Amino acid sequence: MIELTIPISEEMILSLHAGDAVAISGIATTGRDAAHKYMVERLIEAPSPLPPDDQRLFDELKTIYRGGAIYHCGPIVRNTGGRWSIVSAGPTTSIREETYEDKVIAAFGLRVVIGKGGMGPRTLAACKAHKAVYVHAIGGAGVTGAEAMVEVQDVFKKEEFGLPEAFWKIRFHRFPGIVTMDAHGRSLHEELGKAFDERLAGLLRR
Amino acid sequence: MNVQCDSKNRLNQPAFGEALFDLIRRTACDLPEDVEAALKRAHDEEAPDSRARTILSLFLENIALAREKQVPLCQDTGLPLFFIHHPPGLSRRATVKACEEAVARATREQYLRPNAVDPVTGRNSGNSVGAGIPGVYFEEGDDEAVSVALMLKGGGSENVGRQYSLPDDALKAGRDLEGARRVILDAVRRAEGKGCAPGILGICIGGDRGSGYLHSKHQLLRPLDDMNPDPVLAEFEGRILREANTLGIGPLGLGGETTLLGAKVGALHRVPASYFVTITYMCWEYRRREIRIDSDGTWRFTR
Repeated sequence: MIELTIPISEEMILSLHAGDAVAISGIATTGRDAAHKYMVERLIEAPSPLPPDDQRLFDELKTIYRGGAIYHCGPIVRNTGGRWSIVSAGPTTSIREETYEDKVIAAFGLRVVIGKGGMGPRTLAACKAHKAVYVHAIGGAGVTGAEAMVEVQDVFKKEEFGLPEAFWKIRFHRFPGIVTMDAHGRSLHEELGKAFDERLAGLLRR
Repeated sequence: MNVQCDSKNRLNQPAFGEALFDLIRRTACDLPEDVEAALKRAHDEEAPDSRARTILSLFLENIALAREKQVPLCQDTGLPLFFIHHPPGLSRRATVKACEEAVARATREQYLRPNAVDPVTGRNSGNSVGAGIPGVYFEEGDDEAVSVALMLKGGGSENVGRQYSLPDDALKAGRDLEGARRVILDAVRRAEGKGCAPGILGICIGGDRGSGYLHSKHQLLRPLDDMNPDPVLAEFEGRILREANTLGIGPLGLGGETTLLGAKVGALHRVPASYFVTITYMCWEYRRREIRIDSDGTWRFTR
């Protein structure tokens, strides 16, 4: 298991290869469909000046994401006496963010995108160009995931997006995953996909 | 439990609100034995030190931890689908209301994630209740008991379900079981790891576009190790399972021997012009439980 601590350097990212098991620690946020649409349409590609609230969040996200990570996840959260905690938080399917992720990686200098199911050629190209990796988390493992999300520090867009879709700013401690897309242009999903196709063709020949 | 025995009101009693709530809580937190056993077998059959085996051991760790802490196995508690088998006279309206109340309470107590979103406004209802959510389906029978089966159907796996209209030229799939076999294997390939493999397939051959999907979900209520009463379909299920497990997709689509844990096939009559094959994909976290409410008012888990 390779330890990745945020902020993560370019050298560290270049030392990683598709297939490596990693454990991620540091401050990052969750962000899924509504968050990605928002970041691209209302922050990154919106005409300036941005409305003050959006500009404030843009600045905050820049601080968190530089050398950092975004986690495709819509957690179950609990509020006890005004304090939020994470109850269950495995990854959601990443490919839905394919339209947005390359722009998000480029705009923020993200080093790690965490999710499940892998992503497409645009994200792979952005990983190579901007030195980032895609980490596949353990799909369905909500409880072990939550165990590694030790402290909720803040939440953004909770009212507008709803609890699952909000940006949850969280301190991660040794969050487990597997690098499946690296910064050298290799995608385990692409390679395995070709093998699956061949085997399917074999079965359908009969 | 002193409740009125009249089946009209049985599910409308506070005690049954508790029973429905407990059904949701346990379904979200405690994976059924047949599924856990299948995952353990799969774990033991994968090569030592393989990625597949490591992932399966993390699945098993998650199952144990969720049970111990009584928290939801997966953050996506999915679409709650209730299948209610009842004697004549049950008020369906009251029953739907009882299901909605139990779902809202389970959401308040974090056993369910708020999972109902208005597609027009984008607003999350906040309590997992909305138009069409939860899904509540009824079937009337002669048994005096009411049984309520609950399935929590995750969104990621729901997204990789498919419906094929045969013949399918690209897959050379004609209107027979061989055609069905070809499209089903194609669906497994396309799902890859995206539906959280290893999956379980609920399949309907025939029917219309609506009934096909519903019947395919009904198939998922069967125990993993049961035998299809139709010998032709029993053999077909075995073949699908065997062949899909040679695709190499493996846990989470990251390679391995275990691509499917089960394939359950049902058939509905079709009109001459249509031949649908409908596949619902269930993730490895195959959450479904059942309670039986007897006519004397007592209830218990039957699965």
